[in-house]
Amino acid sequence: MSRPHDMGGRYGDGPVVPEEEGTVFHADWHKRALAITLASAAHGAWNIDVSRHARERLAPMDYTRFSYYEKWMAGLADLLVEAKLVSREELAGQAPTLSPSADKRLKADAVPAVLAAGGPADRPSDIAPAFQPGDAVRTRRLAANALVDGGHTRLPRYAAGATGRVVRYHGTHILPDSSAHRLGDAAEPLYAVAFPASELWAHPEHPRDEVVLDLWQSYLAPA
Amino acid sequence: MPHDDPDHPHSLLPPDPALRVKALETILTRKGLIDPAALDVIIDTYENKIGPRNGAHVVARAWSDPAFKTALLEDATAVVSEMGYYGRQGEHMVAVENTADVHNMVVCTLCSCYPWPLLGIPPGWYKSDAYRARAVREPRAVLADFGVTLPEDTAVRVWDSTAEVRYLVIPERPAGSDGMDEAALMDLVTRDSMIGTGLALPVEGSAP
Repeated sequence: MSRPHDMGGRYGDGPVVPEEEGTVFHADWHKRALAITLASAAHGAWNIDVSRHARERLAPMDYTRFSYYEKWMAGLADLLVEAKLVSREELAGQAPTLSPSADKRLKADAVPAVLAAGGPADRPSDIAPAFQPGDAVRTRRLAANALVDGGHTRLPRYAAGATGRVVRYHGTHILPDSSAHRLGDAAEPLYAVAFPASELWAHPEHPRDEVVLDLWQSYLAPA
Repeated sequence: MPHDDPDHPHSLLPPDPALRVKALETILTRKGLIDPAALDVIIDTYENKIGPRNGAHVVARAWSDPAFKTALLEDATAVVSEMGYYGRQGEHMVAVENTADVHNMVVCTLCSCYPWPLLGIPPGWYKSDAYRARAVREPRAVLADFGVTLPEDTAVRVWDSTAEVRYLVIPERPAGSDGMDEAALMDLVTRDSMIGTGLALPVEGSAP
């Protein structure tokens, strides 16, 4: 029921290696990968949740061995074929034909406005907030998508079945569990919920440490 | 429904990453789906225009102006938008303040969510498995990898960016920085201090 992207708390990854602030890209192809991904997304054939899920559902062996931008490229190639923007034959080397969507491509002069506009995730919702800051809540026992078997969710395994307290209300946001599968925005209340480290880990580093996650109302029950 | 296709289309591309990107760029360009000039503008934006100096500007102002800091902690999205720092991957901002009592640190365990308009493209380590796996379970050990040791009575609060909300850490203002103007204060604000894996730089000649 889990996928390899859900790695919070995992053991065995070794040290974190700091780097200078001036380094933005480590290779020229990283820049191209980022730019191709953003320019392709501008066609509106998928949303951010669909694209995250495309990376997460890479075969576990691929997810693990691919570097960051390799995951982006693999997810993008899969999405382009699913959206019928590119064919399998074209990916395999057949001469590409002009796309009917060509006139909708992101033009250079439109880039600053598109990047500045962003893509806000808050939406109106009929679902009233059930919790307020200070309330004790418990997360779902299983970090699984309730709508789709093996589907996208933003509840990490390490925080499943845990008790915490609401520290902030963020308003109503698109539910990724629905949106990633093109089942609609299904916006609902979103909260920041703080969990004592001792609730999540067998050997917490410090008794006062906490981890805060942003969690949708349907992930939570009163505790 | 979850589209678990054992025959992923991406495997049709060349295996070498650089060649893979080149192949995809060529296909998309010849299909008319991307404009190479637009790619150059996107790269220039994140390589030269949008980066951690934006966040440093916000932090330096928060250190200098108490009313600004109050507004920032109340509604960071509105405040940074007014400074021109709204945009992709920074649509819903929250600022959290480090104090002697609590040290905040930001991670995205599920992918690599990061406040692009304020800090730019995330550094390699932020996207690494090691950081994503360890920051939530052993933040103090991760801080040690950055050469940072916190006082024993300071609590650590790790923010795992699981939604579209992006977090900016306001580091503690260094001792001896009284009277410094906004531009000088900005030079003390490192990228890592705004993620919470570092502290603001000490003022020269001042005891830490």
